[in-house]
Amino acid sequence: MGVEQKLGNLGIVTYRLEDLVNWGRTNAMWPLLFGLACCAIEMMGAQAAHYDASRFGMELNRPSPRQSDLMIVAGRVSRKMAPVVRRLYDQMPAPKWVIAMGDCASCGGIFNNYAIVQGVDEIIPVDVYVAGCPPRPEALIDGIMTLHERVRGETLKDWA
Amino acid sequence: MNRDELVVTRINSALPGAIEEVFDFRGERTLFIPKNKIKQVCQFLRDDEELKYNFLSDICADDMLPDFPRFAVNYHLYSLPNKHRLRLRAPVEDPDEGPPTIADLWPIATWLEMEVWDLMGVRFAGNTSLRRLFLPEDWQGHPLRKDYPLGYEEVQFSFNWQEIDAKKPYAKD
Repeated sequence: MGVEQKLGNLGIVTYRLEDLVNWGRTNAMWPLLFGLACCAIEMMGAQAAHYDASRFGMELNRPSPRQSDLMIVAGRVSRKMAPVVRRLYDQMPAPKWVIAMGDCASCGGIFNNYAIVQGVDEIIPVDVYVAGCPPRPEALIDGIMTLHERVRGETLKDWA
Repeated sequence: MNRDELVVTRINSALPGAIEEVFDFRGERTLFIPKNKIKQVCQFLRDDEELKYNFLSDICADDMLPDFPRFAVNYHLYSLPNKHRLRLRAPVEDPDEGPPTIADLWPIATWLEMEVWDLMGVRFAGNTSLRRLFLPEDWQGHPLRKDYPLGYEEVQFSFNWQEIDAKKPYAKD
């Protein structure tokens, strides 16, 4: 007994391909399970029961870059970690997006020294920067919403 | 006789002349030992029946740049049976000729000496695995030295945004 018998003939729905694909991408964005410092605690808070990022279709972090399309760089990236971050980014299948979460990932934050990369945008292209030290879960969710707005604005021309 | 005094008496009777100076700060005793005697002193402290400093907590190094000798290596020992801490301090004039390794007394000293070499550049004689531990393999220099540049980058404010934005090495996709 399927839904057809309950609802009858639903007919055909026509929709724009771009909107449909972007709807699918934004509502099933799979973040990479990837925390580097204290920002990761807030990221976990954003995804746990209280703030519940699964309302926006991202309830599951993937521990493999090959299964994810969103990288949330949560924390400071040291010069030793930088090649690893780049390698993870390179392993993610396109389309992929990056959120630099917190001041350290965005610009180095308080760690203005030889050991920390001064902004993760020096090693991977960043789509959204989230300010805060660390940002509250609301701020991270706002950053994700900003990214969703951006993805919804993508057209067929951008994919080619 | 408390433990602080006992350790000095015992070392003086077993290894005369090994202690150059005794220094107390807030109830913690530090013994200044010449670097070529550090291994005998460590072995004696570990194996002596009364002292039994059988746990090597840490090895670290200081850089006192304008002073001479410039470097000093600190050994933090702890006696698990007697619950007493002791610090040995060995001044080092030339960082390439550091104290002898104590890795055959405590195997963990291999790693602690590796850390000291990585960050401070004091080379321990006889430690064959001095390589980069915390820093990347191709790192130049030893960053905890006082003459190492901090690597400060100019902070981007609204008044110099464009100037820094132009020279910032943004990554390509």
